[in-house]
Amino acid sequence: MQKHTVTIGIFALFAVIAGLAQAGLLTPYHVSVLMFMGVNIMLATSLNLVNGYMGEFSCGHGGFMCVGAYVSSICTVLMFSKNQMLGAPLLPGYLTFIGFPVALLVGSLAAAVAGLVVAIPSFKTRGDYLAIITLAANYIVISAINNMEIFGGPRGFMGMSATENGMKAVLDIPWMLIFVMLGTLFTVWLLRRFVTSTLGKGVPAISQDEIAAEIMSVDTNRMKLIAFMLSSGLAGLAGGLYAHILGYVNPQSFDIMRSTEIMVMVYLGGMGSLSGTALAAILFTVLMEALRFLGVWKWVVIPLLLILLMQFRPEGLMGNKELSDLFPKLRKYYSFK
Amino acid sequence: MEIFQHILNALQFGSFYALIALGYTLVYGVLRLINFAHGDIFMVGAYIAFFVAVSLLGTGGLPLGLEMNPALALAITVPVTMILTSLVGVALERTMYRPLRRKGANRLYVVITALMAGLMLENGNLALLGATRKSFPDLIDKVVWNLGDGVSVTNLKVIVIVAAIAVFLFLETIVSKTKIGMAMRGISYDKFAIPLMGIPLDTIIVFTFILGSSMAGLAGILFAMSYPILEPYMGALIGWKAFIAAVVGGIGDIRGAIVGGFLLGFIEIGVVAVFPSTLRDLFAFSVLLIILWLRPTGIFGVAQTTKI
Repeated sequence: MQKHTVTIGIFALFAVIAGLAQAGLLTPYHVSVLMFMGVNIMLATSLNLVNGYMGEFSCGHGGFMCVGAYVSSICTVLMFSKNQMLGAPLLPGYLTFIGFPVALLVGSLAAAVAGLVVAIPSFKTRGDYLAIITLAANYIVISAINNMEIFGGPRGFMGMSATENGMKAVLDIPWMLIFVMLGTLFTVWLLRRFVTSTLGKGVPAISQDEIAAEIMSVDTNRMKLIAFMLSSGLAGLAGGLYAHILGYVNPQSFDIMRSTEIMVMVYLGGMGSLSGTALAAILFTVLMEALRFLGVWKWVVIPLLLILLMQFRPEGLMGNKELSDLFPKLRKYYSFK
Repeated sequence: MEIFQHILNALQFGSFYALIALGYTLVYGVLRLINFAHGDIFMVGAYIAFFVAVSLLGTGGLPLGLEMNPALALAITVPVTMILTSLVGVALERTMYRPLRRKGANRLYVVITALMAGLMLENGNLALLGATRKSFPDLIDKVVWNLGDGVSVTNLKVIVIVAAIAVFLFLETIVSKTKIGMAMRGISYDKFAIPLMGIPLDTIIVFTFILGSSMAGLAGILFAMSYPILEPYMGALIGWKAFIAAVVGGIGDIRGAIVGGFLLGFIEIGVVAVFPSTLRDLFAFSVLLIILWLRPTGIFGVAQTTKI
């Protein structure tokens, strides 16, 4: 029984949330906050692999999210909706159940390939210079999309809502919420499996001492390649979901501000703690909504928060501990793999 | 003779990049810290110049009751702006970077703090002054010299280029010839041995910030005079590009900043001359990426050896 408590618990929670949303007990606003929470968890945990576990400083995560968002949006629009550039839908609406996950997959693969732009220079450089490379990658992605008139350029790209409508035509339940929850679960599960695996142990080894890791037979270049591509691929998945939640994307929403938001979540939660980052992402999303009344001042308060965090508790809320390290008694009730 | 016109434009743009890049490179050379807030210090400099200028001209700002003539106003605006901007830089150093340095914090935390400080400056400005753009008053009469063949140069362009070169010579002299410059170079070698030699570490660092920030202030004035529209995010992109210039030249080296700045200016103007101007940023950042791939330390940079 212990073996399955977490699995059962998570799926029960998902069922309850979806049920509440279906019954109309959650307003559309709450549902959208929940969905952004899921997307933020995905983004923050995937960035944590690079910034936390590997100890690099990647500040262009928004760029990879952008690649994922655009590629998967283009796929679904091509398949399921009418667009003046890309023509009539190629597939009937009921195939969205297959088409949407495939589009998400394509988007995350594209983002993973974009991650190569950062991964390959990371063989030779690290630290500040790598940070600049990630930043440049972010700007390059944004300005490349700004220059692609076929996908709307700076005006943005739309038509993704046809996908959810196609699914709702078959069965009217909150599909997007379900996909976001599954995506979040998949991301956290995959990252956890990866960092606790024998292969994944190489990632914190690079963070602690790259040369020693190399001597201990860790293939550092390969590890970096895997870590960067996995991280950017999952960011692409999050981007794909984000685009389909909104039904509309524009390049400005993936700029340095977005990357900063993700970094705030990672450093708030603690580098090298998946549960900490996930909690921080939830906290941050709630905080963003709660601080909405501040308007522009919100973006003064959030950087200030991070500055204070760096001054007084630079390791973040949880440091590099997981929830089960802080509350060892919890372990009695479950075993999580 | 379109090409001469392009060269002049490139020199002007390169001068702005070089002036800001000098600030990045000075701080990096001494502290090994990328002061990501520097682009926003430039923005603050432009705004300070605006407020000082309109106050002196009596067209807004503080009601000083003065109605100076523009030339006199400019003569006062330049030093006042440089002093006030360097105060902003020093304030950042004192309140944010120094406490972290005292605690011996990881460099990463300092970098994050710098990035956040920049965001705070940008958005704080936006929140305080609103999104309306400010237009900078004309402080000098525009004179256009025609050099024949359709090539023309304004006096402002000449001032910008001359200012960048003068600042370069000034800083190069300070760093390589004076005692305080020697102390600055010393700190970048060994931060722990320098205080033992009786050199006041914090004073030197504050001096570095004063130098870098006042140059950003100067760049702010010159930029505001050349492109008289001010907005809170103007420092972000130009700051990043100046940073590219510093890295391309080899960050930490003053010659590198000047060479990188002019190089970036030439690349951008070259791109605009051939391709649509929206591709300018794409090329600028791609060049950065390629240079860092091929030569991670930049043109003048020296690779630091890591000891095991």
